[in-house]
Amino acid sequence: MILEKIKEKFGEAVLETHSFRGDDTAIIVKEKIVEAAKFLKEDPELDFNVLIDLTAVDCLKLDKPHRFEVVYHFFSVAKKHRVRLKVPLTEEDPVVDTLTGLWPIANWFEREAWDMFGVKFQGHPNLQRILMYDEFQGHPLRKDYPVSKRQPLVGPQN
Amino acid sequence: MIEKNTDTLSMGFFTTKVNDIVGWARKYSIFQYPFITACCGMEYMSVACSHYDIDRFGAGFPRFSPRQSDVLFVVGTISHKIAPVLKRIYEQMTEPKWVVAFGVCTCTGGFYDNYATVQGIDTIIPVDIYIPGCPPRPENVLDGLMKLQEKIQHSKQAI
Ligand code: SF4
Repeated sequence: MILEKIKEKFGEAVLETHSFRGDDTAIIVKEKIVEAAKFLKEDPELDFNVLIDLTAVDCLKLDKPHRFEVVYHFFSVAKKHRVRLKVPLTEEDPVVDTLTGLWPIANWFEREAWDMFGVKFQGHPNLQRILMYDEFQGHPLRKDYPVSKRQPLVGPQN
Repeated sequence: MIEKNTDTLSMGFFTTKVNDIVGWARKYSIFQYPFITACCGMEYMSVACSHYDIDRFGAGFPRFSPRQSDVLFVVGTISHKIAPVLKRIYEQMTEPKWVVAFGVCTCTGGFYDNYATVQGIDTIIPVDIYIPGCPPRPENVLDGLMKLQEKIQHSKQAI
């Protein structure tokens, strides 16, 4: 029902949907993410009032046309159902609109995704690193970040 | 009835060197500073509480000011982000001071061979005793503490 409603509402913007063992997932173009999230939140039948998680995936070594995916998990406390949205992003332009206007928790989630993957969230009020220190260069969870690369603040370098 | 003996020799006394007696005093009055960042902290707590009772070794009293303590217990994973803080705390402690690396994370980085973790605190500060284990058993910690006491006893005491 959830996926049908999303498909019906956003049509072409929904690139793909699947429902593996009851976990509904819709892949949607990045231009529509804020609109889609707003729809999920405000539609009385869907009523997704919680943004459970927001993270990113680096698909560098997966056979996919895009480099990153931003993954959103939503939950409805009243309806007890869940849905997952994914937004593919290219390597050249890893930018997507922020959800901070809809869920304040998106603020820290998006900072984490920026810190770890270097995905930018347009319109975010304070897009700074949240886990790593300011002096850190690069984004450690990108698959091309060298496994043995260290950036110590004190002590011997690498 | 015991006769009162005024002869000093038979009253019993012992001779020692200043170095030894200062070492003896120091090893039984350890004021530790627990620098706890991760899961090893649970094991530290059980060592410090009545079950294993490090008070038996004269190390029962944790101080939460580096200026009042003489053994730094580094307990748990040290990230590169916290490393400058650890170094600073070590520098704030007054001499004489000792450092215990508690758990493999502090000894070598443990299995956190990644961008975030310091690969052994001895890259930042000098370490006297390494207690490996993930986390080390309390018995293991007591063993390490006794080894530290031995070390304190046998070192040259700065007075
Ligand atoms: S050594 Fe093991 S128990 Fe101790 S902090 Fe590291 S991971 Fe946790």
